[in-house]
Amino acid sequence: MNSVRWPNLLGPAIVLGLVAFVIFGPLANLFLWAFAEKWYFPNKIPQEFGFSFWGRVFSPRGGALTSLGLSIWIAILTVIVSLAVAIPAGYALARLKLRWRGLILLAFLLPQAVPNLPVYVNIARVFYELGLNGTILGVVLVHASHGLVLAVWIASAAFASIDVSLEEASRNMGASPWTCFRTVTLPLAAPGLIASAIFVFLESLDEFTGTYFVGVPDVTTLPLLMFNASMGGNYQIASITALLLLIPSIAFMLVVERFLKADVLAGVGR
Amino acid sequence: MTDVAHPLPARGEGVSADARTGRWRAYALVAPALIVIALFFVLPLILSAVLAFRNKGGDFTFEHFAKAWDLYRTDLLFTIGIVLLATILIGLVSIAIAGYLTLGENPRAVAILRWLYRWPLFIPFIVTGQIMRTFLAKNGMLNHVLIGSGLIEPLAAQSLLDWRGIVVAFVWKQAPFVTLLLAGAMASLESQHIEAARNLGARRFRVLIDIVLPQVRGTLLVGLVLSFVTMLSVLSVPMMINPNSPTMITVDVAYRISTLSDYAVANALCLMSLIVAAGGAWFYLQHSKAQLQ
Repeated sequence: MNSVRWPNLLGPAIVLGLVAFVIFGPLANLFLWAFAEKWYFPNKIPQEFGFSFWGRVFSPRGGALTSLGLSIWIAILTVIVSLAVAIPAGYALARLKLRWRGLILLAFLLPQAVPNLPVYVNIARVFYELGLNGTILGVVLVHASHGLVLAVWIASAAFASIDVSLEEASRNMGASPWTCFRTVTLPLAAPGLIASAIFVFLESLDEFTGTYFVGVPDVTTLPLLMFNASMGGNYQIASITALLLLIPSIAFMLVVERFLKADVLAGVGR
Repeated sequence: MTDVAHPLPARGEGVSADARTGRWRAYALVAPALIVIALFFVLPLILSAVLAFRNKGGDFTFEHFAKAWDLYRTDLLFTIGIVLLATILIGLVSIAIAGYLTLGENPRAVAILRWLYRWPLFIPFIVTGQIMRTFLAKNGMLNHVLIGSGLIEPLAAQSLLDWRGIVVAFVWKQAPFVTLLLAGAMASLESQHIEAARNLGARRFRVLIDIVLPQVRGTLLVGLVLSFVTMLSVLSVPMMINPNSPTMITVDVAYRISTLSDYAVANALCLMSLIVAAGGAWFYLQHSKAQLQ
């Protein structure tokens, strides 16, 4: 291999610098707004930095703590409901004989392939008639129905990847189907199931469109709070709540970085 | 695949009661998930069609579609245009990045790029809307950097908070996803093809276009069509960046419902976006079929 001379480094360096600016510039802008007290054009950076807006955001009147708690609570409920339905379905799709397996898998692909807007809009309408609009239950149902799709696919893959002979061995030793599932299958599938739980949790935490239609006016999750603050022109509060929303996602990304091997995803779409 | 607890009966025995209960149990396990899909996807879509086509008297009518077309014709074309443009740009960006990740010769640069490009993947659309709202504004960082580096005059600074901002936000958020799929597909290609071409003296760009790209066409199509359909349905980004006309029809649907409670026209608009999405799916089927032939 030739020794790399510095002119050869210049090209990639410039391009990488541009890419870094494109990706981190907007994020840096968010940081600046989150810690700004006063910032008027044409100043490049805020005139004053401060934490007073953080105080405002977390004060009881600010509502951010309530929204954060509500968002997390809804996300936890969503994970429970999604997994409760997805685990049996994933197990059946991976292990058991189903005559219409292909069709069923297609049915689970449908929600991802269809624009969500008509779905959300009309669910909101039906919920309004049923009195579920503006309730936590309504929002959880909407979030869970979307999380379900992802959860079933991941659970099915997780169960399918377990060696059948391990289950056969436990059955040969006299375990009932439920005991076999509880002591052999479930623990082996746990990493995949935990991954799907995290995906569902994050998707529920960040969900905006469905909550916009179904949650109004009583259920104000963190994304809705952020949206209202931004449209009201209060960029500091909007940026602070945006940062709050980012923390779980970025933390997850840094942790799962090692698992997101590119060639694993080569199988998507086949 | 044989169920462990219920092996297939020997030939000539017919279906035993055991196998029958096994099959019912399998369907019972899948049933709750299917019921959720039926209730929360199929039913609302059917309701959407019903509300869009029914007038006050209960008869079948096209008047809501006519009204929607009348009021929102510009926005509809605008939506298709924006999402198409964004999809094309996403394709170009992801091919470039994935191509460099596969064919790049500077290992440090490749590693840095691989770490860099994934960040927007984990940032939800709603936060992307807020980020771009500040970044692309007249007093946003983009303009500051352009002015500071002398590329534009302070007076020439413009706010990108119009259709361009929406395209930028979409590309910023979705390109990493398609890049991830593409890079994975490219990584699983046989390196002999690439090496053979390089040994014959082909430049890397040629190798990308003539050898790598045709083989990953399927994955690229999947990623682009998924992005196309996703972007059609996003409400947060257009609402935060450019809610005034011309805007995407998602904003019009939201306005129609929250301000006027006009579900009929709103659903007509939704069905129109469904047709556009179906167009994308049809395009995918046409091209993936061509690939199989």
